[in-house]
Amino acid sequence: MYQSFQQIIEIEKNTGKSFWEIVRDDDCKEMEITPEDAFQKMTEMYEAMRSADSSYDPTLSSASGLVGRDGEKVAAARRNGTLLSGSFLGLIMEKAIKMGESNACMKRIVAAPTAGSCGVIPAVFLSLQEEKKYPVEEMVKALYVSAGIGGIIAQRASVSGAAGGCQAEIGAASAMAAGGVAFLLGGDAEAISHAAAMAMKNLLGLACDPVAGLVEVPCVKRNVIGAVNALTSADLAGAGIRSRIPPDEVFDAMRNVGRMLPEDLKETGKGGLAATPTGIAFRNNLKTF
Amino acid sequence: MNSFDIIGPVMVGPSSSHTAGAAKIGNIARKLLGTPVQDADIYFHGSFLATGKGHGTDKALIAGLLGFPVDDPRIADSFRYAEENGMKYRMSGIDLGDVHPNSVKLILTGTNGRKMEMVAASVGGGAIQVTEIDGLATNFSGDYPTLVVSNLDQPGHITEITSMLSHKSINIATMQVYRSSKGGHAVIVVECDQEVPETAIRWLAHLEGILNVTYLGLKDKA
Ligand code: SF4
Repeated sequence: MYQSFQQIIEIEKNTGKSFWEIVRDDDCKEMEITPEDAFQKMTEMYEAMRSADSSYDPTLSSASGLVGRDGEKVAAARRNGTLLSGSFLGLIMEKAIKMGESNACMKRIVAAPTAGSCGVIPAVFLSLQEEKKYPVEEMVKALYVSAGIGGIIAQRASVSGAAGGCQAEIGAASAMAAGGVAFLLGGDAEAISHAAAMAMKNLLGLACDPVAGLVEVPCVKRNVIGAVNALTSADLAGAGIRSRIPPDEVFDAMRNVGRMLPEDLKETGKGGLAATPTGIAFRNNLKTF
Repeated sequence: MNSFDIIGPVMVGPSSSHTAGAAKIGNIARKLLGTPVQDADIYFHGSFLATGKGHGTDKALIAGLLGFPVDDPRIADSFRYAEENGMKYRMSGIDLGDVHPNSVKLILTGTNGRKMEMVAASVGGGAIQVTEIDGLATNFSGDYPTLVVSNLDQPGHITEITSMLSHKSINIATMQVYRSSKGGHAVIVVECDQEVPETAIRWLAHLEGILNVTYLGLKDKA
């Protein structure tokens, strides 16, 4: 996979190939499969996201009892028209919470890039498709854009909370989603890169501090901020706004911030929200074998 | 790395290391045993012990022992399927010492009476390492067709294995040799690029000095 946005921007300039095609063609080489098979495989990922979304079960709580059943509350508020964010943002919020809860309740999800952040991309993509009626092929291309961005982040920085903090999970998912949306809005590789960079800048340094070490609190609700942040970042890029710090440098900064974060804020369940009196009480009440 | 390491895997939540990795460990243990599991003693270590219940590590491991893949929705109800299949199990905590925090020890008996002990670790992103088989240290991921040969520590066995593989045009990806003591019991682990045919495995198993041959194919036959 590519290691820099600059590389992809230049290939686009020289060959006229779009961001998603550049990522897919590289995959085909790496996996030794045809472009058709690669596209089909990514289509299956998108369909798996859709079926995960529609199989949300509003009656389930997680084994710890910490999360579950909130997705339906957002849905009800949205139906009643009481959300200040409006119906479209409300739909994104609803889907993000639902997917996070489904993951915590042992349902089938698509890690994107991780299980903890699995709600960000589907919340944005599925809502946008419902709203704008994009054909599935466009959504799959956008998913390739997201994958390419995730690949760059994985190589320049990290996509694991244990290695880089939550900026590497919710932050990475948000950057990936932002780039995908920028593509759907007609953006070129440059616009896509800046959308991703602007999204990451907002979440730089986010701690990974799961209560009792479980992918539940704060993970489920953080999917909402990752999703909404992706949308606004893509809109900024679509409006012609650019990150003053070049995208590749933003993700280098992310790597450095990840290294500077203390271990207590990297999935150890020892710092941040996990270390609050309530967080500690939850951990002490947890059942083991 | 490719796009599907980033978008994917499709898995049952909540955690790639504590849930998907545990299911994979169960699956590999079952394949190594080569027969359905009749009875299992399961010992969780470290973070598996501390947060395993909350992450469904127990359910995922049982599901894996039943042969369910990491994206199988039945994982959440695996205890019920174990009961239906007559598979018995006990779970408890253990301190395995200085090992990966997400480690588990399994003592298994197959429906054909075969016994196996295994220690494995979930090392992140759903990837795993088998770190011990029947008391001997190993180090393989289960991502390749893998041949595990226990033998007496005497000259010739490595040549027998490698010449058999070359005869079958099978390329070796990695090869590791471990032994308990000089002249004692040894384990040879060979990760291959192609599947090893059953006839070749049977041939190996009959050679003098070879105690046991276990084969981990990528396709599940058990
Ligand atoms: S807090 Fe940690 S475990 Fe939770 S989503 Fe963020 S990175 Fe993942």
